[in-house]
Amino acid sequence: MCRIGSIKSKVPIQPSKALHLMLPQQEGHDNSGFAMVMQDLYGIFSNYKDKPLLSLACTQKGAQLVEEYMDAHNFVQLAEWIPVPNKEPGLDIKAMPYYIFRNYDYPEDIQNASKEVKENLLLDTRLALRKLLEEKNAGFVYSFWPDVLTLKEIGDPRDIATYFHLWDDNGCLVAKSIVAQCRQNTNYDIVRYAAHPFFLQGYTLCANGENTFYTKNKEFQKSLHRGYIGFESDSQCFLNTLHYVHHELKWPLSYYKHVITPLPFEEIDQREDKEVLTAIRQSLANLEINGPNTIIGVLPSGDMMTCCDSKKLRPVVVGRTDEMVAISSEVCGLNEIMPDRDESQDIYPNEREVVVINADLEVQRWKQ
Amino acid sequence: MEAMKTQDVAVNDLPWIIDYKPERCTMCGSCVATCSFRAIHVAVKRRAMTVSEEGQPTPIKKFEARPVIEQVASLKDFCRGCGMCERVCPNDAIKPVRNPDTRKTLLSKDSGPIKRGGRTNLNAQRTLDSIVVGRISQMTDPSLDAARHTFDIRAPFGRVLSAKDLPFSIEGGKLVQKKKTPPVHWIYPLIFSDMSIGALSTRAWEAVALAVGYLNEKCGLPVRMSSGEGGMPSNLLTSDYLKYFIIQIASGHFGWNRIIKAMPKMVTDPAGILIKIGQGAKPGDGGLLMEAKVAEHVQAIRGVPKATLASPPNHQGLYSIEESVQKMHLSMNAAFGFRVPVAIKCAASATSVSVYNNLLRDPYKICGGFFIDGIQGGTGAANEVSLDHTGHPVVSKIRDCYLAAVKQGLQGEIPLWGGGGIGMTGNAAADAFKMMCLGANGVFVGKVLIQLLGCIGNEEGRCNACNTGDCPTGICTQNPRLVKRLDIDRGAQKIVDYVLAFDAELKKLMAPIGNSSLPIGRSDALVSTDEAIAEKLGIQYVC
Repeated sequence: MCRIGSIKSKVPIQPSKALHLMLPQQEGHDNSGFAMVMQDLYGIFSNYKDKPLLSLACTQKGAQLVEEYMDAHNFVQLAEWIPVPNKEPGLDIKAMPYYIFRNYDYPEDIQNASKEVKENLLLDTRLALRKLLEEKNAGFVYSFWPDVLTLKEIGDPRDIATYFHLWDDNGCLVAKSIVAQCRQNTNYDIVRYAAHPFFLQGYTLCANGENTFYTKNKEFQKSLHRGYIGFESDSQCFLNTLHYVHHELKWPLSYYKHVITPLPFEEIDQREDKEVLTAIRQSLANLEINGPNTIIGVLPSGDMMTCCDSKKLRPVVVGRTDEMVAISSEVCGLNEIMPDRDESQDIYPNEREVVVINADLEVQRWKQ
Repeated sequence: MEAMKTQDVAVNDLPWIIDYKPERCTMCGSCVATCSFRAIHVAVKRRAMTVSEEGQPTPIKKFEARPVIEQVASLKDFCRGCGMCERVCPNDAIKPVRNPDTRKTLLSKDSGPIKRGGRTNLNAQRTLDSIVVGRISQMTDPSLDAARHTFDIRAPFGRVLSAKDLPFSIEGGKLVQKKKTPPVHWIYPLIFSDMSIGALSTRAWEAVALAVGYLNEKCGLPVRMSSGEGGMPSNLLTSDYLKYFIIQIASGHFGWNRIIKAMPKMVTDPAGILIKIGQGAKPGDGGLLMEAKVAEHVQAIRGVPKATLASPPNHQGLYSIEESVQKMHLSMNAAFGFRVPVAIKCAASATSVSVYNNLLRDPYKICGGFFIDGIQGGTGAANEVSLDHTGHPVVSKIRDCYLAAVKQGLQGEIPLWGGGGIGMTGNAAADAFKMMCLGANGVFVGKVLIQLLGCIGNEEGRCNACNTGDCPTGICTQNPRLVKRLDIDRGAQKIVDYVLAFDAELKKLMAPIGNSSLPIGRSDALVSTDEAIAEKLGIQYVC
């Protein structure tokens, strides 16, 4: 079983905050890796918030391949952060040779293109880079999107943090939104792509649980969108569905819950909107999930959300202060990073709830 | 010595031989009176006897003419092994015994092809029995509790649109449906399959219908029943209970005169329309109702004279799938104002995937279900050559069709229903569950229902006399004397109890794999101990 956590803050926070959220929960997550997606970046990326940021772990050959590809496709490099790792002996990390975080400017002919054209270009570029690196076994590309940074590694999260100087709190790597998780895939092969959070066109998601409708989700999603690939983990299906419902179908977010955990037919029949809910349930029956799950998602707008499976078989709690809202599998994580919060304000979402945190840290509870 | 010709039919040529114990027989005559096939009669035979008539033993052996029960050596009135004689005998004096040396099939073709009822007797292989539900929730995720948790056991009947085609707009942050979409009913994933009034006795049909009513009204299970191609009673057509019935139209259009006349008086819509193109038991061969079963009320309901009724093997005027879509589907949809889903039933065939693809790609999006009927489906009457030598197993066909839809991202748009042998070994829930994991949205059953009513026929040549009008259990006959053997209420109760157990058993299978809704397409939940089956169906091979 995983543990997942996320923080949305009014002031930029360090990744160490996310680690402090996660480490008390280590009995549940086994400390086999660390992965995080940071959004709404400050520090060294402050000046390039509107420029796509490439997050990459690769070999030297991989770095070269990526550079050639980006040059050939007229992306102009703007800024770059290549962490200089702390290679002290005894660290438990299966590090890649290079970690590259690089801002690009759009190719000139795309500069004034529509948002949709740009979004598609960024996705296609990431997919092309992924293919390129996979073919040569030369690395992994996690995200290519403005104001989004992804880091994933295998090993002990504390050592991974040491390796990347994440404990240093030097202010260079900070963000107002972080989603994190401290375990490698345990159900299937250990590949870096299988570690959540997953990212797709502005959507970030991590999940704690087992999606027993993985096969049917996967078989359906494969033909829905070119970005739905990999499927190294059953949790990716949640992200694909979130992206499909909100980005492709452009339905309001509240319908995501109706898609993944539809109401029982008997209850739908009692509702005023039964026509719509029935149509959704039957048209997207293959995106329904089953099994025990909790998810945390971040939307392109920056809104953060969490919800559970239809029987609430996995835990989650939302805690808040004036400055910060955090979502955590276990309350001990919240106690660690916000010990002085008013615990009576903690929210334990039920199986019919979606909790959404907007840019002003306003917490909304939606009933399905 | 009595003259004997080898061409004469002898009892040892027949499939069943009567095992008669004269010393137990009390000559009550019940067996002869009960045998609907006239396969036994009373004869007087000269028999050796040892008698003692004095006050002390004085055994004398003598020959006496005695009444005995004797089997008829006839290829027409032959014993079917139904065992009614054994049931009725108060003294265990008589029973049929299977004859492994029978020559009946060889000898009975003097008046053309052999006809019989039942299902194939040569292809009783059970693919589903080499598959088990092998993905059990252990540690990775919790199993559910079949007794405590709620389960959503419903299946679609109707054309489902892809999400992109839904006529939604957003008003005030809410989705609003602006236009009509094709009708879809979410029903119980077990349809009582099309057995007509005519094939069944009215009482048997009524018993099945009664069970449907009870399951809906009292048990909350939306089970639907297909009328079969034989029309429906007018008072049912014009009652509120019509909503539980799927009206079938097949190539003979039997009963439709009455249905059309009843339409203005209908108070509710039927649950659906099922166009029958073919039947698994006798694919490519039309329906058959032997004259012996065309009783007066059957003539009335179907609007036909007393004669053998043969539905043509195909729908006249339909020469392609496109034709079928445009003519039949559209006209049937139009007939009920596009409020009633119209589905199609075909015999499983090497061509099923092509048919399904055509239906999936039909631009009118008008087909509300694809019913595939496998070789192990039953029938009231068919040529034996069709029953035993034509057809196609349904399990891999359902899988093939599902995967064809998956390939195009169209799975679920035209619900798949599988039938033909479901529940053949007694457990329809296990069969249904496995079919669903392979891609079926639901299953349909027929034979298992009449077996619950009392049918003793099986696929090893027992009875199989549905075509004769002499059904010994009163189910497939219109003979009033035989029909009286069926207790409608007890028959209906048996079906209700079976379906309630089916529902509980489905939950017992859903819970261990941690699913609260039906696992359609969850092939990962199945494993097979047969390598070839595993490979064909794309499931895990285990040993």
